[in-house]
Amino acid sequence: MTTASLTPGISSRAASAVSLFVLLIVAYGILPFAGSSYLFEAILTPFLILSLAAVGLNLLTGFAGQLSLGTAAFMAVGAFAAYNFNLRIASLPLLASIVLAGFTAALIGIIFGLPSLRLRGFYLAVSTLAAQFFVEWALTKFGWFSNNNPSGVIDAPPLAVFGISLDSPTGRYLFTLTIVLLLTTLAWRLVNTQTGHNFIAVRDQELAARVIGVPVLRTKLLAFGVSSFIVGVAGALWAFAYLRTVEPHGFNLDRSFEIVFIIIIGGLGTIRGAFFGAALLVIFPLVLSRLGSFLLGGRFDSGVLEMSQRIVLGALIIFFLIVEPNGLVSLWQRFTRQLSPKTKP
Amino acid sequence: MQTSTRSLLQPWRFLRRRSAISAAFGAALAGSIAFSSVRADEQFFPLQSYRVGPYAAGGTGFFGGFIDYLNLINLRDGGVNGVKLTWAEGETQYEVERGVEVYERLKSHPAIAAWNPLSVGIAYAMIDRITQDKVPLITVNHGRTDSTDGRVFPYVFPLLLNPYSETSGIINYIGSKEGGVEKLKGKKIVVLYHGSPYGKETIPIYELLAKKYGFTVQQIEVPHPGNEQQSQWLTIRRAKPDYVVLRGWGVMNPVALKTAQKTGFPASHIVGNVWSNSEEDVIPAGDAAKGYTAITTQASGAQYPVVQEIVKTVYGAGKGNLEDQKRIGSVYHNLGIVNGILNVEAIRIAQDKFGKRALTGEEVRWGFEHLKLDPARVEALGAKGLFHSINVTWDNHEGDGRVTFQQWDGAKWKVVSDWIAPDWALLRPIIEKSATAYAAEKGIKLRTAADAESTPAVASK
Repeated sequence: MTTASLTPGISSRAASAVSLFVLLIVAYGILPFAGSSYLFEAILTPFLILSLAAVGLNLLTGFAGQLSLGTAAFMAVGAFAAYNFNLRIASLPLLASIVLAGFTAALIGIIFGLPSLRLRGFYLAVSTLAAQFFVEWALTKFGWFSNNNPSGVIDAPPLAVFGISLDSPTGRYLFTLTIVLLLTTLAWRLVNTQTGHNFIAVRDQELAARVIGVPVLRTKLLAFGVSSFIVGVAGALWAFAYLRTVEPHGFNLDRSFEIVFIIIIGGLGTIRGAFFGAALLVIFPLVLSRLGSFLLGGRFDSGVLEMSQRIVLGALIIFFLIVEPNGLVSLWQRFTRQLSPKTKP
Repeated sequence: MQTSTRSLLQPWRFLRRRSAISAAFGAALAGSIAFSSVRADEQFFPLQSYRVGPYAAGGTGFFGGFIDYLNLINLRDGGVNGVKLTWAEGETQYEVERGVEVYERLKSHPAIAAWNPLSVGIAYAMIDRITQDKVPLITVNHGRTDSTDGRVFPYVFPLLLNPYSETSGIINYIGSKEGGVEKLKGKKIVVLYHGSPYGKETIPIYELLAKKYGFTVQQIEVPHPGNEQQSQWLTIRRAKPDYVVLRGWGVMNPVALKTAQKTGFPASHIVGNVWSNSEEDVIPAGDAAKGYTAITTQASGAQYPVVQEIVKTVYGAGKGNLEDQKRIGSVYHNLGIVNGILNVEAIRIAQDKFGKRALTGEEVRWGFEHLKLDPARVEALGAKGLFHSINVTWDNHEGDGRVTFQQWDGAKWKVVSDWIAPDWALLRPIIEKSATAYAAEKGIKLRTAADAESTPAVASK
């Protein structure tokens, strides 16, 4: 399995740093003024939040090799924990609630990660499925989590940080962007430390890692903890900054699978892969559906259009995975390498 | 294989192809987002419909009926006082984030009359948004129960029936079958509910009514999706209730009826709620559904004058929305027609006050708040027997809709009761309590009757 940790040539490293810088300038400096509320509310905010969740899952599954199908459950834990911290401890600022929610999700993640000490591969995936169903059931069953609201759907509080209200589409987008940037940087730094190398060692050859002295038990639990922290914060953002309501069924098995597909298509074991995959699975269907209804709108009903877009998306995914089984990131690296013939592959 | 993919990735060919494709994409995207200009005499309905996905049967029926009625008004009357009705559909598959995306996409269209999502999750996500946009949100037969209180939710209208009224209606019907609600004393009722917030919502109301009338109630949960209910129905057999209320959703309904037959509970003693009352819920159960009764706010059947007119005018002109014409007159189709009637009459009432032109969201909201259709007016609209009446006021956004009960005879639904009125007086204090708590939490000022006559509805927020 190729990873992004092979040292590339200096020019392509500089190129990616420059392109990241340009992206940030556009994201912070241009879009907030030029973008419409549709762009923020329906395209960028969900894209960023799902990318963050995918970064978290990639740390666990791509780097540490522990397959998890319970991602949406940890997002739900983060969302409901953030809501409850914010509600019950009145003096707590919003950011602190979100951080505490992340820690709560990390704790739940470590508990459900304990089977990983004995189970591998598909068997571990099944035990994380248990997390998925249990969390969804518990949040519905115990009314305390949704403040005994009779309908069980909770309204998120308005976003305000350090007294500045962020309640507009632009404000929510900037809030999400900042948190995603922060956590992605942390994840990227983590991957390049000894812990990150331990993750990769446990993934590639667990017995050999144990022999050379990698603390496998601690590494696996740390992987679950860090990953669930990031996923929990993503869940809190999903509730507070995007939908602004939360119901347990929004964090169902389909959402878990969606995030797994994002990292598989984007590229396992890479940080960029989360963003590429989320772009394909979140932004591209919207673009396709706008295009479809523009070209064919009057003649077919919305259900038929919807299904044909799914066919197109599925065919595209199959195509990408045949052309490059290691995901979009590897495809992108191949493409950029071909563009700059000076760099030796 | 290698050479062909390599050649595809050859930079110059790739780039040329890529830039051509991306230019076309960009142009199409820009074109699709820009709206064509709208004339001043058109009123728009954005539809967050679901025609695929697990609830497609309900969605195609409801939105089909709604569009059929809008088409009828356009074809037969030339619009509402000359103002044509237009609409655009966005597929949501009943998912909240897609509903939000359709909302964001369509909200800047001029002359939006109202939003009609037919989904609790999407409705909840939209309450804040439409309040800021000042466009009404209609949640017929469902929605947030405390939005009945118009003092706190000026823009949300859970027309005809909210979950609390539905519960009271069911108890009143069971009482009428026993010979009067006093005869309920000492009886036993089991409520089999779907394991979701929707299912749990009416638990406190059943307890309240049980205390009032002296019957015992037992709540049994069926975890989503409800394919397997053997243990629940064995519990019911042991409890030996007089009636079972089915508060189901989707596949839970036919499975409940089949399992009831297997465990020997008579279908004639099962009463279904408003989301367990359609053909799609009973046909898969086959024989087991004969004798099953369910509550409804609109009767089924194609014999009502307005449905006949739709068949003649709309389907006759080839503009009918349902692909399978046998579904005309089904429960969801008729619900869509009734919803169409309510929306159009609200527009008509608002036009009488504000002028016969395309109206703003605020003006349509005023129309909904004065939506009073008494049985005589309902008959004039061709809907006598289809639904009873509605009486929306500034602080009662439900409108005191009446319910009737229909029984499945194996082939179709037959109405078996009169129009029953729920016990609104009993339920109103609970609704007000919940609504005022919400208002306190969000810092909303309660409206007064004096505020209600002025527009805009809400000064703050």
